[in-house]
Amino acid sequence: MTSPVAERPALRRAAEPAASERPLITVEAVDKLYAVRQGEPVRALSDISFELRDGEVLSVVGPSGCGKSTLLRIMAGLDVPSRGRVLLAGERVSGPRREIGVVFQQATLLPWRTVLDNVLLPAQLQRLERARSIERARQLLDLVGLVGFTDKYPFELSGGMQQRVAICRALVCDPRILLMDEPFGALDAMTREQMNVELMRIQAEQKKSVVFITHSIPEAVFLGDRVMVMTKRPGRIARIAAIDLPKPRTLATMGSALFAAQCNDIRLAFSGRSEGAEF
Amino acid sequence: MTPRSARVQQVATLIVVLAVWEGAARLGWLPKIVLPAPSAIAGRLFDLFASGLIWPHLWATTASILSGFGLGVAAGFAFGALVALVPAFERLVYPYMVALQTVPKIAIAPLFILWFGYGLMSKVVIAALVCFFPVLVSVMSAFHTTDREQLDMMRACGASRWQIFIHLRIRAALPTIFNGLEIATVFAVIGAVVGEFVGAQAGLGYLITTLNFNLDVPGVFAVLIVLSLLGIILHAIVRGIGRRLVFWIRSERPELLT
Repeated sequence: MTSPVAERPALRRAAEPAASERPLITVEAVDKLYAVRQGEPVRALSDISFELRDGEVLSVVGPSGCGKSTLLRIMAGLDVPSRGRVLLAGERVSGPRREIGVVFQQATLLPWRTVLDNVLLPAQLQRLERARSIERARQLLDLVGLVGFTDKYPFELSGGMQQRVAICRALVCDPRILLMDEPFGALDAMTREQMNVELMRIQAEQKKSVVFITHSIPEAVFLGDRVMVMTKRPGRIARIAAIDLPKPRTLATMGSALFAAQCNDIRLAFSGRSEGAEF
Repeated sequence: MTPRSARVQQVATLIVVLAVWEGAARLGWLPKIVLPAPSAIAGRLFDLFASGLIWPHLWATTASILSGFGLGVAAGFAFGALVALVPAFERLVYPYMVALQTVPKIAIAPLFILWFGYGLMSKVVIAALVCFFPVLVSVMSAFHTTDREQLDMMRACGASRWQIFIHLRIRAALPTIFNGLEIATVFAVIGAVVGEFVGAQAGLGYLITTLNFNLDVPGVFAVLIVLSLLGIILHAIVRGIGRRLVFWIRSERPELLT
């Protein structure tokens, strides 16, 4: 299915990619306003423009209520922008797309389905060939270390395991893009770090482009090739920073001085130094 | 306390109550016409079955309960789903259904006897009408409360409206729907018996009125016991099916259902 991790270059260009890399998703001047019962509509997003490059992990970090989940919903085609547009490989996104897999904050597994059937759900809804889908689902479950749990029900799994199943489900139709909305927010700190390392590995093996939303700066820096910092309501882009950390990143990366420096850099973007957006 | 010792205490309580009741009746503290002794009721219960007198009545009532329950549940399910899923239906029809709900169904029973006759049909219709509303309400609220994130997840997976209904909404609605069905079993028994009170040629309700008329109070109590058992059995069957179908709830919250 995929080449082993070892065959991938250990060091990827993390900073400025070559000009030949076409944007996979282009977000153009997106605004989102919500009508409220009384008074002015609330502006959740204001003039958001950025690109997701093929094969990169773009972390989006911002305080609660900065509209980052709204942004992800718009990119996933679950919500429409009030102004602006989202292009997927040059085509306007107007509804959910097969090239996009979504992982939500909650695992949202269907409790009456076994682990395997939960992973198979998108394939079943798209009426893909069952035998091949089962094979792929098993490979994915193997990738996240859950191959012995295919016949278990979600309530028999821990939170981390449930979220892993959700990731497999998002990958089963082999989308090019993974949109993740604080997927590890509900997990304890230890499990969370473990999941971050695991996600890095999956992303490298499956060669997906990822938008990863979080409110944790270390998580954003650890996972991201670039980190997009958003301001409080209305959500604007304060800065997009390239993360210059060698890959593959491991738990040891989190202890390095370079990692701490990058985190600090992002932290500064929150504390008022955010006038000029740097790209 | 272990479940077992709790069960023992429950049975012990029942025995004590029955013993005091029996003693009070034998000592003449309770007029026989008001509250006959448990032993007299048990004897009468035995007679009713031994003589075979109860069978046609038991059969008639069971038939009305089951048919009424089936009809009421089917109608409640269909209307509930329509109200929850078709906005126009909710706007146009639902207010009238609420208005209809406020009419005491029992009070319409005589009218139904007039329309559908003294036979089985009138009891089935009354039982169905009485069960209809709890089912309707539970189905409606069940479909209205589908989890937002799960709906988003289904949409993100490319599910059509119909697929969302089949793969998510129905299954997610089952726990709430079965709560409504459990209530409906009790209501079906009430509906059938009321129908038989108002006008019938057979049935346990009819038997109660007849025995009451003859001041056979132990007999009335005996029939009441049979009726209760009928309700308990039906309720247990529906509950059993429900627990089997919504197995994941039991596993998430075992403390509620043991």
